[in-house]
Amino acid sequence: MSRLLTRVLLDRFVSALIVLSVMLAAIPVLVLLLFVLIKGLPGMLAPGFFTSPPHPVGVPGGGVFNAIIGTLEIVGIGSLLAVPFGTLVGIFLSEYGRNRIGDTVRFVSDVLTGLPSIAFGIFGYTVLVATLHHFSAVSASVALAVLMLPVVLRATETALVLVPQSMREAGLALGAPRWRVTIEVIVPAALGGIVTGALLAMARAAGETAPLLFTALGNDFTQVDPLQPMGALALTVFKNALLPYSDLQDQAWAAALLLVLMVAVTNILARVYVRRIQR
Amino acid sequence: MRRGTAAERVIPAPLVASSRQRRLLAGDRIFQGLALASAILILLIAAIFMVALFLPALPAIRRFGLGFFVTRTWDPVRQIFGALPALYGTLVTSAIGIVIAFPIGLGAALFLAEEARLGFLRGPLSFAVELLAGIPSVVIGLWAFFILTPLMRDNVDPFLRQTLGFLPLFQGTANGYGYLTAGVVLAIMVLPIMVALSRDVIRAVPRALREASLALGATKAETIWSVILPYARVGITGAVLLSLGRALGETIAVTMVIGNRPVIAASLFSSGYTLPSVLANEFTEAVGPLYQGSLFYLGLVLVLITIAVNVLARVLVWRFSGSEPASL
Repeated sequence: MSRLLTRVLLDRFVSALIVLSVMLAAIPVLVLLLFVLIKGLPGMLAPGFFTSPPHPVGVPGGGVFNAIIGTLEIVGIGSLLAVPFGTLVGIFLSEYGRNRIGDTVRFVSDVLTGLPSIAFGIFGYTVLVATLHHFSAVSASVALAVLMLPVVLRATETALVLVPQSMREAGLALGAPRWRVTIEVIVPAALGGIVTGALLAMARAAGETAPLLFTALGNDFTQVDPLQPMGALALTVFKNALLPYSDLQDQAWAAALLLVLMVAVTNILARVYVRRIQR
Repeated sequence: MRRGTAAERVIPAPLVASSRQRRLLAGDRIFQGLALASAILILLIAAIFMVALFLPALPAIRRFGLGFFVTRTWDPVRQIFGALPALYGTLVTSAIGIVIAFPIGLGAALFLAEEARLGFLRGPLSFAVELLAGIPSVVIGLWAFFILTPLMRDNVDPFLRQTLGFLPLFQGTANGYGYLTAGVVLAIMVLPIMVALSRDVIRAVPRALREASLALGATKAETIWSVILPYARVGITGAVLLSLGRALGETIAVTMVIGNRPVIAASLFSSGYTLPSVLANEFTEAVGPLYQGSLFYLGLVLVLITIAVNVLARVLVWRFSGSEPASL
């Protein structure tokens, strides 16, 4: 009987361990978000945070307008490069990719997914910064575009493969050529998945810092020319955090909160969109 | 035009294409060509990617060769560069990260896949883990820099020195920046991957095996230990390797807490360096082809290691579940 008791006690003990690990997994998230919210909110509500570029050290006020513009522009150009291209590759994989080329592309895309984000920065640096001899926002966009590509193309492929074969056959049976069936039937049917993939890729790109360090470089002035160095929210967080000025550190927290909010909103948009499409 | 039989007049010969049909076929060919071209272009980009990592590293590869990996000096002033401190730091911090994240991640995954009690926690936990996966690494770095570092310095490190101080791992002074703090940060960052992948692997264990074990009178814990975990072992190994791949390459958050000193120390409290943090820290100020080349060399090593780990992981997960692992 005591043997049974030990077994039952052991079972309870394991259950307790499992619940403990659940708490240990969930607590860092809550603590992290709580800190970002508490420490970031005052700075975010300060006047000029959204509308003014940074002031010199010691001059009160100042905001992150330059970085907001920079993040939007860098990620925007990156998305313009990555989303159409990635979608087309996704179409290739799903519609024409049951062969060796398709398998190679899938493998290469998986390898790209696993690469450290700083590698994309090196790529942007060698391909565009070293050749043009100066740092530029567009080199950051290209680096982020390559980072986004695998996400976009695998999401597109997954969404397209899920479209029932009968829809393809129905389109072809009506006499439509394959390319029109693909563009006018298959892609619209899979649009939810494609858009979600694109939004998730954008959210990931917006949060990246390492690829920007030696491409966009950062800029304390508001810059919209993509051929010039440009600020970005992630760079503001990284650089201000390491500076020994408390007002700039507060700004880092506020910029971090804004970044988290932007990423969260993009994620939520993606989900809402999927739900609306599915309904 | 020859007048054919009645049947031939009703059924048009399919192989004789009208100009309209030819146009349609041309459209198909153009579209397929375009899709194929884009697929080949991405292969080309990947090739350029590798060349862009390799070529600028050449000066350093020529100068230092394989000795790069066993040289302990990283001295820009004397122009002597060795990867050993960064390599050591990368391996140590990643190992700490995995050691912490593995039991917690596996426990959380078991909860999500197996535990019937406390089911109301399942939704919030999944949500929290997904949320964690979406938080930018610079934000985690910011939090670690201001909140975690003092906590480690004032509470965790002294406690470890008191209880485990007889080990060389937990000796020496601690200022909060170093291997251990970086390892804890990495544990937080790889947790989402560990949980999500292990959960999928555990869910793929056939239901019949579980039920057979329970029907024989085994408790839940015994079922987990002697049926589920052995079956899922290969897949869980894959999940650990994918997490490791992520930990090895994590840049920003580690750079903010590792202390950035090219040293090798046995104590986990000591400051150090990792491959990506050397790059993040010194790249923009590196002058001269040898200094820059050495940084590119580090980057190349990092990329080759992560590719090897990832490919191995994917092969394992793929062999286990028979399907591709979700891209993370």
